[in-house]
Amino acid sequence: MTTTLSVENLRVSIPLSAGVLHAVRGISFEVARGETLCLVGESGCGKSLTSLALMNLLPSRAKREADRISFDGADLLKLGERGMAKVRGNTMAMIFQEPMTSLNPAYTIGNQLEEGIRLHKNVSAKEARERAIYLLEKVGITAAASRLGQYPHQLSGGLRQRVMIAMALMCGPDLLICDEPTTALDVTIQAQILHLIKDLQREFDMAVILITHDLGVVARVADRVAVMYAGEIIESGVVGEIFSRPTHPYTQGLMNCIPVPGKTRQGERLGTIPGIVPSMIGEMTGCAFANRCAYAQDICLQPLTTHDIVPGHAVRCARAEEVLALTAGSNQAGTIQSGSPA
Amino acid sequence: MLVYTAKRLLLAILVSLTVSALVFSLLYLSGDPATALAGERANEADIQAIKAAYGFDQPVYVQYFKWLGGAVQGEFGQSVYFRMPVIDLIVERLPVTMMLGVSAMIFALVLAIPLGVLAAMYQNSLIDRAALLLAVVGQAMPSFWFALMLIVVFAYWVPILPASGSDSWEHFVLPTIVLGYYATPAFMRLTRTGLLDVLSSDYVRTARAKGLSPAMVLFKHALRNAIIPVVSLAAVQFGFMLTGSIIIETVFALHGAGFLAWESISRSDFPTVQAVLLLFSWFYIILTFLADLLNAWLNPRIRVA
Repeated sequence: MTTTLSVENLRVSIPLSAGVLHAVRGISFEVARGETLCLVGESGCGKSLTSLALMNLLPSRAKREADRISFDGADLLKLGERGMAKVRGNTMAMIFQEPMTSLNPAYTIGNQLEEGIRLHKNVSAKEARERAIYLLEKVGITAAASRLGQYPHQLSGGLRQRVMIAMALMCGPDLLICDEPTTALDVTIQAQILHLIKDLQREFDMAVILITHDLGVVARVADRVAVMYAGEIIESGVVGEIFSRPTHPYTQGLMNCIPVPGKTRQGERLGTIPGIVPSMIGEMTGCAFANRCAYAQDICLQPLTTHDIVPGHAVRCARAEEVLALTAGSNQAGTIQSGSPA
Repeated sequence: MLVYTAKRLLLAILVSLTVSALVFSLLYLSGDPATALAGERANEADIQAIKAAYGFDQPVYVQYFKWLGGAVQGEFGQSVYFRMPVIDLIVERLPVTMMLGVSAMIFALVLAIPLGVLAAMYQNSLIDRAALLLAVVGQAMPSFWFALMLIVVFAYWVPILPASGSDSWEHFVLPTIVLGYYATPAFMRLTRTGLLDVLSSDYVRTARAKGLSPAMVLFKHALRNAIIPVVSLAAVQFGFMLTGSIIIETVFALHGAGFLAWESISRSDFPTVQAVLLLFSWFYIILTFLADLLNAWLNPRIRVA
């Protein structure tokens, strides 16, 4: 598999009156053609900012730094705004969380679908229109040709998200970034949209980065998973490995929050992770999760590195092996709740 | 769109009727019109004669319908002072007022929209502050005083423009600036607020994610949505400008319909005052109606309303 995107030590910081908010604190990952990488984490962990940083669409006061962001062999850090505009919507496309508000209410679906491809590829109006109809049909929209003349307010949320997906695929991107694409949709529509993204990925052989807080979504679509906490990737690996052997206490805590059919008894309380996410303003040494972790010891406050516990399964935890040994067998169940927050 | 247009039209007609009743009743607000017309030294017989001549002896509703019936056909009766049909007076004077209104509107929009866009794009910058200052000054300054200041500067100190009259385009420059400047701040602030709102919207982010140029994002995706409230305001402001023209035309002695209204009020020329008021109101209603249609075209979501 060829690597489509490779990110090294990406940092996003936002200067505030109270100090500098380090929203993304040195993360590295890569994603290959045909592969789906899921970035998982709770609200505010920096996953959406990561995606915006890749597109260089961060809010103007946010600052992006990285050692390297290599995409299709080119270093995105060296591209100016002009060069980036040629990448955006062309080889790297994005779908957003809010299908209801992500389409411009003043223009028809057709107009919004076609403008990107007319800009990036040298195609005629007719060719752009044919491509739009082809993709609308691909994303499962019936009577595609007549939809082109419709306005966003005439479509349901599920249909709008399908339009957004078709729009992202207009130029045949190498990388598709999906930022919580199903969060705003009904559960039944969610499943359809996820299926659709998977199918299209196979058909167009794209790399996909899917950002979500929903582990159910991860289990369904991911090839590899990166769990984010407080702006860092704290655990990453192939999906089976992460689900069968969650190692970082935070990942374990997340797993405990999901009800398991047949295992979680009726009326039983679901797991919670005690404590709150630390302030991300200013510098932080040691493990960001230490103040909530049942296994935290003095070593956790020392600077730490990410290391592999088995090849391809990386954990950012100083006591990863010990935690794994302690929780082996019992796994998941109830280890974290018993601990009191520091 | 057809249903929407029909609904708006019906509403416009109802409002016109209400306004016409109000305008008509103004005649009786200042006491008995016949006594006022007859003058101080008139006796009872004179007043009765005037009542008969002007139809004041008929029931009020009959007078109203007769007057309204005439008005829709462009028949507003005789001017008491000029002794000629009111409609002829207005036809003669209206072009001046329209010219002033349109040029002031163009002046205001051409000044306000680019300033509003700049203020939004460079929020909290020097440009934004300067635009804000301009807005505050514009709103706070009485237009008659501004008019007098402009006359002092451009007709007296640096005599490059005429101070009064309506013979050439030069006579319209100062009145246009005064009337237009008065409307500028509202347009500018609304453009700025609307654009700031739209620039942080999800669909602008989508447009940027497509790789569109900043100019495309601004002019195609953002400005069209931001300008919608400005269109509504423009119709309302044009109405205000017509009313404002009564003062401005008086200061600059522009012989327009506004000046005519002022003259007629001071001469108790009821038919003329009524006609000018009614026409200004109708004009205002038609503009609002057109603004509604324009808005529906700009914003597809309201077409169904």
